[in-house]
Amino acid sequence: MDLLSFFPEWVMTHGAALLVVLPLLMGVVLAILPSEKLAWALAFIVALICSVLALGLVLQIFGGESLVYSMGGWDPPHGISYVVDALSAPVLLLISLMAVLCLLYAWPSVRAEVEPKKRAPFYAAFLVCMAGLLGMVVTGDAFNVFVFLEVSSISTYVLVGMGASRDRRALTASFNYLILGSIGATFFVVGLGFLFMETGTLNMADMARILRDLDGGSRVAQVAFAFIIIGLGLKLAMFPLHVWLPSAYAHSPSFVTAFLASTATKAALYLLLRFTFTIFDVNINYVGRAEMILLVGFGVAGMIFASLQAIFQTDARRTLAYSSVAQVGYMLLGIGLATAAGAAAGYLHLLNHAVIKGGLFICLGAMWYRFGITRISDFRGLSKTMPWTMGAFTISALSLIGVPFTAGFVSKVNLATAAANEGWWWAVGVIVITSILAIIYMGNILKEAYFKEPPVVNGAIVARNEAPLMMLIPMWALALASIAIGINSDLMVQAANGAAELLFPVTNALPGGVTP
Amino acid sequence: MFDLIFTHFNYAVVIVLMMVGLYVIFATQNLIKKLVGLSVFQTSVFLLYITIGKVSGGQPPILVESHGGDHALLSEPVLVASAAPVATHSGAYGPEVLYSNPLPHVLILTAIVVGVATLAIGLALVVRIREVYSTIEKDEIDALDYHFNLEGIDG
Repeated sequence: MDLLSFFPEWVMTHGAALLVVLPLLMGVVLAILPSEKLAWALAFIVALICSVLALGLVLQIFGGESLVYSMGGWDPPHGISYVVDALSAPVLLLISLMAVLCLLYAWPSVRAEVEPKKRAPFYAAFLVCMAGLLGMVVTGDAFNVFVFLEVSSISTYVLVGMGASRDRRALTASFNYLILGSIGATFFVVGLGFLFMETGTLNMADMARILRDLDGGSRVAQVAFAFIIIGLGLKLAMFPLHVWLPSAYAHSPSFVTAFLASTATKAALYLLLRFTFTIFDVNINYVGRAEMILLVGFGVAGMIFASLQAIFQTDARRTLAYSSVAQVGYMLLGIGLATAAGAAAGYLHLLNHAVIKGGLFICLGAMWYRFGITRISDFRGLSKTMPWTMGAFTISALSLIGVPFTAGFVSKVNLATAAANEGWWWAVGVIVITSILAIIYMGNILKEAYFKEPPVVNGAIVARNEAPLMMLIPMWALALASIAIGINSDLMVQAANGAAELLFPVTNALPGGVTP
Repeated sequence: MFDLIFTHFNYAVVIVLMMVGLYVIFATQNLIKKLVGLSVFQTSVFLLYITIGKVSGGQPPILVESHGGDHALLSEPVLVASAAPVATHSGAYGPEVLYSNPLPHVLILTAIVVGVATLAIGLALVVRIREVYSTIEKDEIDALDYHFNLEGIDG
């Protein structure tokens, strides 16, 4: 079956640009729409179209060719180019698919959590955020990355702040995120300035070529690298720079949390891969050392300390937020290995974790929607009061821990194998230990839900009250996707191998699909 | 030492502004002052970019009348510095002109707009925070939220 032939020619030629322009323009239209239903429908259609476009691009990339689109007909390196290749295409598809699933979930959840007159602008901000994330990933121009980074960040501050009608702490969470996010973006742009001083160009491919010719460049390039790593580290919640993340995830509307947890840090991680491997080269002395010390060091520290912090949280959303910081550590460890297998494993975990964490946060949102609970101690007997939601939550939780036949297992095994191949047995040990910590913090929640009776309210045991269908569809889609990846991971491994092949000239970094 | 500072005066100012901005952000408890610090911090980057683009002795990057006259934009040609033929642009577009690099200036226009947008969102958030908490001091807000957490009004 040749899926590619279903797509018209213009998807291939203009799809890359349309992917960004469509949500950006429709975001403006949505902001002036009076009706919340119309806004939701339009946002959903836009997300669907973006998914179809991204699917077309992914199929073409899997066909073996990458695509360079010159904005406005100005050829790179002078014009802004959009590059769709094996590294960016899967992330594009991930972001737009997660947008579709989260929007399905948004229909009931936004009505419960956001004030009526703010709902249409809320969807507008969401589309702008999505456009920013897609733009960050698709663009081949370094300064354009900064612009899209800020487009997505500024709309994210708005989205997080919208949680105020439900939880007033969303306002302070959003403000803290704004301060730290702006510092991060400014560090990033300082880095770009130094990089421009060194290379005199803004096109990523051109930068990479010039830096290679200069053999890594002078001290200016080193300073640029440091600023860019710190800036991106703030955006992707690298361990000591993660302080904005837990409260932003815990207090924003649950729809925003589900979308951000599965896409925002992932887009920043994609940029880290781009900058450390494509623009700078691991063979450059200072880059290699920084990866070894900074990324691996902070990655491993994050895995351990964030997992420990997750255990001691009383709020389930905070537990998962800290677990997100820990999972970012796994990806950083994979990237820091600086081998093809390591980068592929990190990339694989990036995709898998988006599926897992998106599903978990949607389940938590559904529990709040029905019972208004986020504290772990309130989860008593949820397996009886919300069996379907708890089922999906359990599958995703097992996947997060890394139980065989789930997505989490596939990426953790690949990561451990990549570390072992380098002789880093201590890293394998850390992966095992943090997986045990994951059993403890997810187990805390599952224990309450399965082994305790539902609470008694007003003299009667709380009755079964399942989440609405619009919430069950996305959470089960993600839970089943997690199992499907666990049983047959060929597709994901192929995507990760393709990405690693682009970063390192080695074929088949990961040995096929790991089938337990 | 002083020599270095005066030959790289702009860069020295960039470093000072950047550190002052960062210090203000983290030292003050007042949310408005934090935003002021953020603005100072971002301004240092604007200055950095503007400095990058400057070529010593360079003219403003404006197209001058060419020999052929096809590309004449100005009715009167800009007087070009005769000295310092360092990195001149000689092409079809005009006589040899040493000009500053306009690209960083254009880039930083974008960053200035981004900074304004961030500041606007930040101030809007501070207004909302004051409506809800009746204070804009970070430590007082934390104290209020501490009781908020203890009372178990969660979500």
